[in-house]
Amino acid sequence: MGENDYNSELKNWKNNKYQKTVDNYGERKDKFKSDSDLTIDPLYNPEDMKDIDYINKVNFPGEYPFTRGVYPTMYRSRLWTMRQYAGFGTAKESNKRFRYLLGQGQTGLSVAFDLPTQIAYDSDHELSRGEVGKVGVAIDTLADMEVLFDKIPLDKVSTSMTINAPAAVLLAMYIVVAEKQGVKPGQLAGTIQNDILKEYVARGTYIFPPEPSLRLITDIFDYCSKKMPRWNTISISGYHIREAGSNAIQELAFTIADGIEYVKAAVDIGLDVDEFAPRLSFFFNSQMNILEEIAKFRAARRLWAETMEKRFKAQKEKSKMLRFHTQTAGSALTAQQAENNIIRVTLQALAAVLGGTQSLHTNSFDEALGLPTEDSVKIALRTQQIIAHESGVADTIDPLAGSYYIESLTDKFVEKAKEYLDKIDELGGMAKAIEAGYIQREIQESAYQTQKKIEGRERVVVGVNKFVEEENNKNELLKVDPEVEKNQRKRLDAIKNTRNNDIIIKKLDLVKKAAINGDNLMEPIIDAVREYATLGEITDVLREVFGEYEAKYI
Amino acid sequence: MRQNISEGGYPMSKSRIKILIAKPGLDGHDRGAKVIARGLKEAGMEVVYTGLRQTPEQIVRAVIQEDVDVLGLSILSGAHNQIFPEIIDKLKNEGREDLLILAGGIIPDDVKKSLEELGIDAIFSPGTPIKKIVKFIEDNS
Repeated sequence: MGENDYNSELKNWKNNKYQKTVDNYGERKDKFKSDSDLTIDPLYNPEDMKDIDYINKVNFPGEYPFTRGVYPTMYRSRLWTMRQYAGFGTAKESNKRFRYLLGQGQTGLSVAFDLPTQIAYDSDHELSRGEVGKVGVAIDTLADMEVLFDKIPLDKVSTSMTINAPAAVLLAMYIVVAEKQGVKPGQLAGTIQNDILKEYVARGTYIFPPEPSLRLITDIFDYCSKKMPRWNTISISGYHIREAGSNAIQELAFTIADGIEYVKAAVDIGLDVDEFAPRLSFFFNSQMNILEEIAKFRAARRLWAETMEKRFKAQKEKSKMLRFHTQTAGSALTAQQAENNIIRVTLQALAAVLGGTQSLHTNSFDEALGLPTEDSVKIALRTQQIIAHESGVADTIDPLAGSYYIESLTDKFVEKAKEYLDKIDELGGMAKAIEAGYIQREIQESAYQTQKKIEGRERVVVGVNKFVEEENNKNELLKVDPEVEKNQRKRLDAIKNTRNNDIIIKKLDLVKKAAINGDNLMEPIIDAVREYATLGEITDVLREVFGEYEAKYI
Repeated sequence: MRQNISEGGYPMSKSRIKILIAKPGLDGHDRGAKVIARGLKEAGMEVVYTGLRQTPEQIVRAVIQEDVDVLGLSILSGAHNQIFPEIIDKLKNEGREDLLILAGGIIPDDVKKSLEELGIDAIFSPGTPIKKIVKFIEDNS
């Protein structure tokens, strides 16, 4: 069929078949819009792909710009890592949950720390009251980390740690626990989140101002590029930006902009881009609009590859590969008719897999109500296993490639995200854009618009604004025993009384000197944690030198 | 009574409701707090947002300094059992138990009753429409 035939057939279909049907029967909505407010056409056709050059913009899996996936065989060789974020109460309880999950076929660990740990207050700190062990495990000293990873061979599992401002200290503890198991830093595989920029705009566990925070991050890049070649030094996270209310395009753009800021900071202190860039990793959200999410993941790979090649002149292929973890959207979970969340999580997880994720956390259906139980966590893990082994979607690579809609949407996402990147460049980069409040305003505006759409029923949420039922929640929830906080304090007390406090003072002083002199902080921090200096003590030394960040509210 | 001046500079006939939205505890999840703050503002209320990581002392001080009619507490970390009683105790000490106190966030059903007995006037779960909160405030303050 020639092009003229095609064009006349298309015109014929649009004007006669389609329009006549619309005229007679109407459509469900006046306008069809995606979550990112893109207009959705009734039908996508070959002409929507005519500007998409396959080799330049899509290409084969494992080939630049990696739109179809970072590895040549993707899930045909190895499935994604099923990595459930877990941790609560004491190190001992969390260790038990970890071993349960590994026993159920989970393939990697993901540690949730409590808020005092994430903000580096010891469990006996005034501000820790009521928070110890609540949203994750409480870690005060190396002793807690030893218990957390007891009987878990650190040369065999990969461990992801959701820790940001004090990431250097927790990484140091992990290194020393491994050392005691006879495992060298070079053998360790895993990830620290270590992404401070999104904390200022979306997640809130910042400690220091941006400049010293970026220095801590580049210290880690530097140390790990020499000593820990299998460790992901950062997980540049769009997840929380999305949870805070951004749309998918903003999630993509702001995450890539954060990545650009980190690479710039590292290059500025003289690190070679190809030394550290292969160990950068990413973390995205998977929301309900499956097709848009898939396009977002594909666009992210292409945009990062282009950024690394063009902006930073990276040479190594690995420096240009965007590898990412995905978590299903916590904010999509409803407290109403909570069992429906199992279906939501399934769809979101499917999008992540069709988008080519490297690892995946699936939320438990009861998380809008409280901490998930062992049973609900198991269903979440089984969801991944069913997608992996029963659905067939993992058997061919990037199966949605070539879809007129998916390809044109992928292209659109790259284009729209680039518009944001230009704007952020104009503002002087991401740190400056955050300082100016631009990013926060964008996110808050989207969050508010979403709320209005839900309240106006323009966006349907089943069980919340449509198909509503009167209900009594009878779901069983996991409770953290209030004794946990008391016991954790006792434990910390005992350690402070038995360790050599003279050595602690000396080791903390070395941390301080390095902080002041601008020397790499990793070695002195490792030396301090080895002697059971607390997370709070080490961070207080840094607080003294670096100062603390004060948020402005817009 | 507080003098209320409308944006045009004229005293308003009915006093404008003033509300403090506070984030006690350490959690950084303030999407809900911010969305509700904006919604209440658009409904004509005067809204002050404290920002993150506020201690009970700081919140009670803000209640007094800002002389608010309503206090909205947002917490998603599960520390409500520890923190809410402390705030309410301190409010009582300051003689501000007249305040309308609302809470939102991830608060399990079985603790809602005990928190309500303690003096929290209403607990709104995720998914609550803003207009429902507005109506509750208007009916009860």
